[in-house]
Amino acid sequence: MKIIQTDLLCIGAGLAGERVAIEAADNGFSVICLSIVPARRSHSSAAQGGMQAALGNSAMGEGDSPDVHFADTVKGSDWGCDQEVARLFVDAAPIAMRQMAFWGVPWNRVVPGEQTYYKGGKPFTAFEKPENEGLIHSRNFGGTAKWRTCYTSDGTGHCVLYTLDNRAAQMGVNVVDKVEAIALIHDGDTCMGAIARCLKTGELTAYLARATLVATGGFGRIYRESTNAVICDGGGLIAALDTGVVSLGNMEAVQFHPTGIVPTDILVTEGCRGDGGTLLDKNEYRFMPDYEPDKAELASRDVVSRRMTEHMRKGLGVPSPYGDHLWLDIRHLGEHHIRTKLREVDEICQSFLGVDPVHQLIPVRPTQHYSMGGVRTNKDGAAYGLKGLFSAGESACWDMHGFNRLGGNSLAETVVAGMIIGGKIVEFLKGTETTFSTAAVRDAMNKQTSRIADLVACKHGSENPYTVRNAMFDSIMKGAGIFRNGQDLEKCVGELQEILGRARKVGLRSNGKGANPELTMALKIEGMVKLALCVAYGALKRTESRGAHTREDFPERNDRDWLTRTLATWADGADLPTLNYEPATHTFEMPPGDRGYGGGKIIPMNG
Amino acid sequence: MGRTLTFNIFRYNPSDPASTPHMDKFTLDETERMTLFIALNRIREELDPTLMFDFCCRAGICGACAMVINGRPGLACHTKTKEMPDEITLMPLPVFKLVGDLSVDTGVWFRTMYQKIESWVHTDKKFDPTAQEERMDNGLAEQIYELDRCIECGCCVAACGTALMREDFLGAVALNRLARFILDPRDQRTEKEYFDVVGTDEGIFGCMGLLACEDVCPKEIPLQEQLGKLRRKMALAAVKNILPKFLKKDF
Repeated sequence: MKIIQTDLLCIGAGLAGERVAIEAADNGFSVICLSIVPARRSHSSAAQGGMQAALGNSAMGEGDSPDVHFADTVKGSDWGCDQEVARLFVDAAPIAMRQMAFWGVPWNRVVPGEQTYYKGGKPFTAFEKPENEGLIHSRNFGGTAKWRTCYTSDGTGHCVLYTLDNRAAQMGVNVVDKVEAIALIHDGDTCMGAIARCLKTGELTAYLARATLVATGGFGRIYRESTNAVICDGGGLIAALDTGVVSLGNMEAVQFHPTGIVPTDILVTEGCRGDGGTLLDKNEYRFMPDYEPDKAELASRDVVSRRMTEHMRKGLGVPSPYGDHLWLDIRHLGEHHIRTKLREVDEICQSFLGVDPVHQLIPVRPTQHYSMGGVRTNKDGAAYGLKGLFSAGESACWDMHGFNRLGGNSLAETVVAGMIIGGKIVEFLKGTETTFSTAAVRDAMNKQTSRIADLVACKHGSENPYTVRNAMFDSIMKGAGIFRNGQDLEKCVGELQEILGRARKVGLRSNGKGANPELTMALKIEGMVKLALCVAYGALKRTESRGAHTREDFPERNDRDWLTRTLATWADGADLPTLNYEPATHTFEMPPGDRGYGGGKIIPMNG
Repeated sequence: MGRTLTFNIFRYNPSDPASTPHMDKFTLDETERMTLFIALNRIREELDPTLMFDFCCRAGICGACAMVINGRPGLACHTKTKEMPDEITLMPLPVFKLVGDLSVDTGVWFRTMYQKIESWVHTDKKFDPTAQEERMDNGLAEQIYELDRCIECGCCVAACGTALMREDFLGAVALNRLARFILDPRDQRTEKEYFDVVGTDEGIFGCMGLLACEDVCPKEIPLQEQLGKLRRKMALAAVKNILPKFLKKDF
């Protein structure tokens, strides 16, 4: 058995994983990052928009502060977030952005004098103060009181990831790519690392670590229509859930993005709407102001996605062979703006649709985009259930997003949480020693070896893993999408339980040798269906509407009964997760109130 | 539409002793707005579950899906079948180590490259979390971004005559990366330090000027322009180094 030992094992080498890794390496600890793809290909690279931090340098960001950012974040979360964590986040965000600038990110900077910007499709001018020249600029994103999204044209994620990966290389972080962690090594009490499969050779290795971090990003690929990269299939979450003791938080909170292009579901950035893009229906009529007179296209994502779906249900969508869609119009922003400031959008439209957004409308529909849920951690990033296990970034439910996260807050979370949790892991490493149980390591390795042998031999059956996955897609898309109700969710949970049974009977058609992709899928499918069940079952039980979780049969946000966070664990051999609940927040810096958009009713805490 | 497409795909699994390099033929009915991303996934899910290829973002941003498409390196996610003939031949990128079929190991190649050129900001300053950020001209930030847009897909390396002949050639991608740091005032490396890294046949002087790198770059980065600039700068630096001290001045 191949065994490699390190102080910190980061499963995932996107922004969160690498930022944590850098913190530990900077403090003299040995760090290994495992990544399914070369680190620079992580899904973090695809984030075009930007990172929220209350720097207040730009004209439209004037008067911004962490307090305003805090209020936006809590409102955005529909009071589902942990307010202590939201406070930690907003206070640290400006420092993290400046640190990224110091490490080399080419943030766009303030250009002094009169500048033309767009809001709601109309140009206006703002005066940028000469004394702020050269400081980090910000752009507008939905759901915020001030412009505070730091950006580098529309390649923010790419630039920040490359900068961080450079820094990781400089600090001597060992990034091992094309490797996938398939199980955690633990004794029910302490996490000791992970069993990983090499995606070049198929070889298994036991990585032992005093601290283990899950930073594998979102699990959007349990939905057929998702903006997520194809690697976002919840691998780290599956490994955590399989321990039987680690909790996943708020799995029913799934965000849909208003502007996935049709048919490939590639995301075009919220920056389009921030810069003044508008949404049109089949009559090319701008409908959003009718629903949201104040914020229109700039209401938060869940609201815009729901309004779009509502509008299409009235028969006002544009029919297409791929189903109904709406139009995104950015033509009025002009060729110069589109080809420079929104270049990635321009490229996406031209390359994947054959549409020139300077002259043509872009077909869009709401598409699964972000998972607020994930490995439930405390404010230090420590996972519930296992000592030595941490999580950060989208794979975590740290929980500053509650039931809906704001645009620009996720990318910011990766580096801010990475910085904070990295510091906490350093404290942990300085204060704790771990005993590696050879029995636990051997058991974990044997279990995975025989799992693979069984799949190759079709010992439990010969279900095709792709067919099972397609059945899961059909079920969850229908039952636990943007609008949810008791009847459909009941049906969805029943179907998914049946599909779970099939997932347990998959077998390979091939020999499974080397980097065999069929085996990769087969090893994952049961876990993916379990994640789908955590979403659907959690959604069924939560009889209220909050943030991105919308129950047609329970339209009110019910603070009296549901100001809670769902915790899901999975007992060995069970067909459903075990659900428990904890208070959404222990401290109330801001008591529950109206978000100011979305228009839903609220059942008050003491109602 | 209505076409039947034939795919000739290179096959070899180095981890399977029974596998030998060969070409396999697959046919698919073309559908509207089909890209190679859609086609390859359909082949794997419907026809051959062992087919190895890489996609990640499938949106032209991450660079994972570069391969040789009808003789030319390019991104598979970008490639629309309607712009291709009925017969499409797919090969893995050369230069990089083969993982299997169309999948190659770009990670190790690029990691070695950026360790070689020390692809990070070199500074003796220390970050002060209590201070305001250092100012930068927005025009300069945008210029740096222009060069930072490279997605390390490897197309330029695969298309490069020198890279095919000598393993140690850094390639246009490395030179572009270094140009980014030369432009960046945060990086305090001197001209001589840059020269030591790229002023050799492994670097700028190895380029034969075939221009293929720029031709195939999916992000349309002006690679040759950067190389030209770098070469002039480094040539001057080389001359400066051999001049007597009193003649040395800034060019």
